[in-house]
Parts: sequence; C-alpha cells; structure tokens
Amino acid sequence: MTNLTHSSLTTREKVEKSMTRRRAAETRFRVYGVASVLFGLLCLVVLFGDILSKGTSAFRQTVIEQRILIDADYLGINAASSDEEIRFANFEGLVKRHLKTTLHPQGRKQRRALYGLVSAGASWQIQNAVLADRSLLGQQVDFTLIADDAVDQWYKHDRPKGYDGHFSAAELEWMNAWVDSGVMYTRFNKLFFTNGDSREPELAGIRGAITGTFLTLMVTFLLSFPIGVAAAIYLEEFAPRNRFTELVEININNLAAVPSITFGLLGLAIFINMFGVARSTPLVGGLVLTLMTLPTIIISGRAAIKAVPPSIREAAYGLGASKMQVVFHHVLPLALPGMLTGAIIGMAQALGETAPLLMIGMIAFVVDVPGFVDDPSTVLPVQIFLWSDSPERAFTERTSGAIMVLLGFLIIMNTAAVWLRRRLERRW
Amino acid sequence: MSIIENHQTDGTPFSDNAKLRARDVQVFYGEKQAIYDVSLDIGANEVIALIGPSGCGKSTFLRCLNRMNDTIDICNIQGEILLDGENIYDPKVDVVPLRARVGMVFQKPNPFPKSIYDNIAYGPRIHGLASSRVDLDEIVEKSLQRAGLWNEVKDRLHSPGTGLSGGQQQRLCIARTIAVDPEVILMDEPCSALDPIATAKIEELIDELRENYTIAIVTHSMQQAARVSQRTAYFHMGQLIEVNPTDQVFTTPQHSLTEAYITGRFG
Repeated sequence: MTNLTHSSLTTREKVEKSMTRRRAAETRFRVYGVASVLFGLLCLVVLFGDILSKGTSAFRQTVIEQRILIDADYLGINAASSDEEIRFANFEGLVKRHLKTTLHPQGRKQRRALYGLVSAGASWQIQNAVLADRSLLGQQVDFTLIADDAVDQWYKHDRPKGYDGHFSAAELEWMNAWVDSGVMYTRFNKLFFTNGDSREPELAGIRGAITGTFLTLMVTFLLSFPIGVAAAIYLEEFAPRNRFTELVEININNLAAVPSITFGLLGLAIFINMFGVARSTPLVGGLVLTLMTLPTIIISGRAAIKAVPPSIREAAYGLGASKMQVVFHHVLPLALPGMLTGAIIGMAQALGETAPLLMIGMIAFVVDVPGFVDDPSTVLPVQIFLWSDSPERAFTERTSGAIMVLLGFLIIMNTAAVWLRRRLERRW
Repeated sequence: MSIIENHQTDGTPFSDNAKLRARDVQVFYGEKQAIYDVSLDIGANEVIALIGPSGCGKSTFLRCLNRMNDTIDICNIQGEILLDGENIYDPKVDVVPLRARVGMVFQKPNPFPKSIYDNIAYGPRIHGLASSRVDLDEIVEKSLQRAGLWNEVKDRLHSPGTGLSGGQQQRLCIARTIAVDPEVILMDEPCSALDPIATAKIEELIDELRENYTIAIVTHSMQQAARVSQRTAYFHMGQLIEVNPTDQVFTTPQHSLTEAYITGRFG
C-alpha cells in the first residue's frame, strides 16, 4: 500500500462512517417496499378469498333424480301432436301428480310445500325432453330435476352445519330421505352458463349477459379501433402544429379522465333521444363505450407512433417514398403492436363499465339471449349489479360467481395484452 | 472562432462537367445560420469528400443535396442547387423522384425490419421500376452484386435484414439505395459505426461504385477521405474554406485553417 497522506485517510474514514447511515437507509427503503407489496398481496388475497368463498358454490347445483311416468293421457297429447300442442300440455301438473303419489303429503299446506321443493323449471325439463323425443310418451323416464333455490341453499350451506332453516318437519323428512337414498346431490351448474337471467335463482344464468357483453365489446372495438388509429396517425403525422391542434390534443387528454357516467348521459341525450337508436341494445352500448375508449386508444396510438425510430423514416424518405408511403408502409406496421396492446387494455376497461350503460337503459330485466346488436340485452357488470340487489340467498352466491367470471375475462384480456406486447417487442 | 467575412473558397470549387452545382447556399435552423454562402460543384462520376471539424455543417450541406432537410420543420434553405441544370429547390420540383435520383446512405445502418429481398425491392416497387416478379428479382440481384453482398446473402434473401452484421447491414443499405438506379449517392459518414474490416470493404465498394455513380461522402476520418476521394472540400463553421484535389489538400493545403485541421490542431 502506498504511503497515504493524512488528509486522504480522513476521507476514507468519512466515507466509511457515511456507509452505516446509507446502508440503514437502503435497508429501510427495501423493507418499506417489501411491506407495501406484501400488504397489497394481502388485500388481494382477502378480496379474492371473499369472492371465491362466496362464489364457488354457485357453480354447483342441487338436483333430484326422479323416475317419472310421462302419462300421455293425462297430458292429452300423443306422438302425432304438434310442437304447439306439446308446449301447452300440463307438464307442471304431471310433476305435481308424481310427487303427490310418491310421497303422500297430508293436507293442502303440506302438498304445496312439497311442490315447492322442486324448481318451476322442472316442468320445462320434461317438456323439452318430450319435444326432442316423442317416443318418451307413455314411458317411465329418469330425470334429473332441478331443486328449488331454497332447497339448493339448504343442501349446500345449511345441512353441513346441521341447521334446519325455515323448513317444516315434513319437508325436512322428505329432503333428508332424498339425500339418504342418494337421489339428491349436487352437480356442475351448467344452467349458469346456458340460461339467461330469470326471477327463479336456480334457473338464472349469465348467458344473456355474456352474449350482450360480447356483442357490445365487438361494436366498441369495430368502431373505436379504426377511428382511434386514424386519429392518432393524423394527429401525429399530418396535423399542422398550430393552436387548433393543441386544443384538440388537450381535449383528448382530458376526455380520458372524464367520469364514465357522463358518456352515458351523452349517449342518452344524443344517440337515444336525438338519433333514435333503440335503448338497451349492444349497438347503443357500443357507441357509448366507443366514446369512452377513444381517448385511451388515441393516446396509446400516438405513443406507439412516436416510438418508431426516426432512422426508419429517414431511410424511407431517402429512397423517395412519399409521406403517405412512409406512414402506411413503415410507421403504421411498426406502431400497430403498441396500438393493439392499447386497444386491448381499452377493451378490458370497457368490459367492466357499468355506470354509462345503466344510463342508456341496460338496467332492464332481459331474459332472452340477444341475437344481434339491435336486440335488447344486458352486460355482465350490470347483471352483477342487478343480482346484488335481489333478496334471495341464492343470488348472493350467483353474484359472486358472475364476479368470478368477469374477473376471469379481465385477467385473460390483460394477460393477452402483456403477452402480445412482449412477443411483438422489437429490438432495433 | 467566428466566420470569415467575404471569404472566397480557395482552390477549385467549380468543375466543367458538374453533376450537381450549388450556388450561394445558405441554411438556417430557425434563427441560427448553419451554412454561409457555399458554392460548390460536384463532378460527374467523381468521389468528393466533405471534411471538417464537428458541427461545421458538412452533414447539413449534404442533406441539402437531396432535400432531406425538408423533413425538418425549422430548417430554411436559400440559394440554388442545380441537378443537371435544374434547380431542385424550384417549387415545381417534386421531391419524391428527386430522392430516387439522389440517394442517401446514413451514418448508422438502418435496414427496414423486413427481409433482405423486401429491403432492396421496396424502392423499385414504390417507383414502379419493375413490371414483373422476374424484373424485381433481377434488380435485387444486381443491386446486391454491385454492393458486394450477393454471395453472402444469396441463400437467405428472405431472412430479416436486421439479422446481418453491421458491415453487411450498411452494404445492404447501399444496395437498397442503388436499387432505385440513382445518379448521385450521398454518404453521411457511412463507416463511422463499423469496424476496420467492414470499413475497408465499404471503401473498396465506393471505388467500384464510382464507375456508375457520382458520390459525395462526408467523413470524419481524413485517412478515409485520402483513400477514397478525388476531390476534397474542407468546411469550417458553416463556410466552405477550400476545395482541391485530394492529394493536394492533404500535402499542400492552400488555406491556413485547412492546414490546422489536417495537422490535428483542432478536430
């Protein structure tokens, strides 16, 4: 070691002294960071845990196996009957008669209670089976009847705890007999995905809401992506730099921060009142969401265009390409991945929007699954909102189940956006 | 150092069979003037080197020759630049075919993120130079051969242009420029981003290209200027100080500033 003078030795000591303080600060910072992340994760776990605990039971449905004689004489139909005649036949009465004769309820009250144990949809199950296969008439057929929502909730939540709920002794006797003989059990709740909304919780499904969401998002994407991309290209490449353009830019940036319900009011006033577009349809919902997503797509589009390296433009200009050719042959293809990512994120935002769609009428109770963009429909977030308002216990678990489906879609879309961005990232 | 008042360029700025003639060119970036009264002839089928210290305006002047400065909003050009007798800054002149006649190779290789074939084919396609696929193939092959790249890439014409090495990419850019059949090729420090071996290959290439094209090359390396050019123009703070045959500039320069630069008193 060389001979150090007195002053540089002091410097070393000073640096060493400061190291303790600096290391402490770094450790503290790291601890804060880790603590924040853990706290965030904890909240996430609590949130998901709550939703999952309430929602997973929605995917299982209680059913009762019964062998029912399809008495053609009672129903007044035969193999030659038309579909209309079969639809008008009294399948409800058939189910009730079957229950009465197999379980022998005493008195009117008990009879009514017994009939209430099976879902109102059971009669449709039998009706649909007969419509599909008329040879079932006169046969003893095995059916897996859907249980009423009260029974469903009792079987899934109360019985395991030994709680009897609001059922009478007779009802409990019947239900326990079914369970013990193995005819009552839970299976995967297919109806949740194949049915539209219903007042009967056991028959309520999200198919209408999902179709409505899909149609609405399709309209939104088809409108907002081309317009947004074109606007971004114009603003970035062709617009002259003057006061007017600046004003447009400021307004677009502000629109991205406007509360979404305002767009609903706009949609109501302009699209529905002025242009007469039918309310509560995916078309008008898509129009409103387009207005909402446009600023996002324009802003991310401009960022993607700015990110294209000037060297590529110079090379193209140097070869004698015109401005249009430079933009459409070189800049746009390179900016497109970024724009697409922005569009997917915009769509994911639109997917979860409820407030603007409430304003344009999607709060209505829509049972039918929409066929095309001008059929009345609802969307998944609104469906969740409507179900959360319903008093029946069964709707609580279905609300959480629908939330899980919505979150699932959001996670898939955001993951797709991230994957797409990674995959199409280029190294210049 | 400030500009020299009323300076007349020393040496031989003008020539008889000039391809490009610049007369009294002034270039402003906004309020700031970058080029003062430059008048220069570039002879047909010659290689002229533009040298000078950093910021002296040689790249700016070069970019005026194919109107690349048009892409910069605040850039303002006065004076005349005649290509075969026609002023390229005439408002009637369309800049698109001009750039097909006067091509440019940039400092950092900038191939398009497309295949090698598509890189070369882009220019002919947009200018309508090939009427069929066969014609296009021919143009691509000829350009790559002239750029000395054909043998190295003939088996992988459809692999991406960005996958080549730096030197190969620069030769690809040269081939791309040649593909539109220009008359003049402008090169803005084409070898500054390359290693010595790639540089040597490109210098060899420039010598071969001289047969068919007029070349103006901006370079920071005096040795390179000495190796490739026939005439050299020395720029200083936006003024054209001296233009003379290359060996004269590097052995017996006329102006004191030229001498100071080539002897390394300032860079």
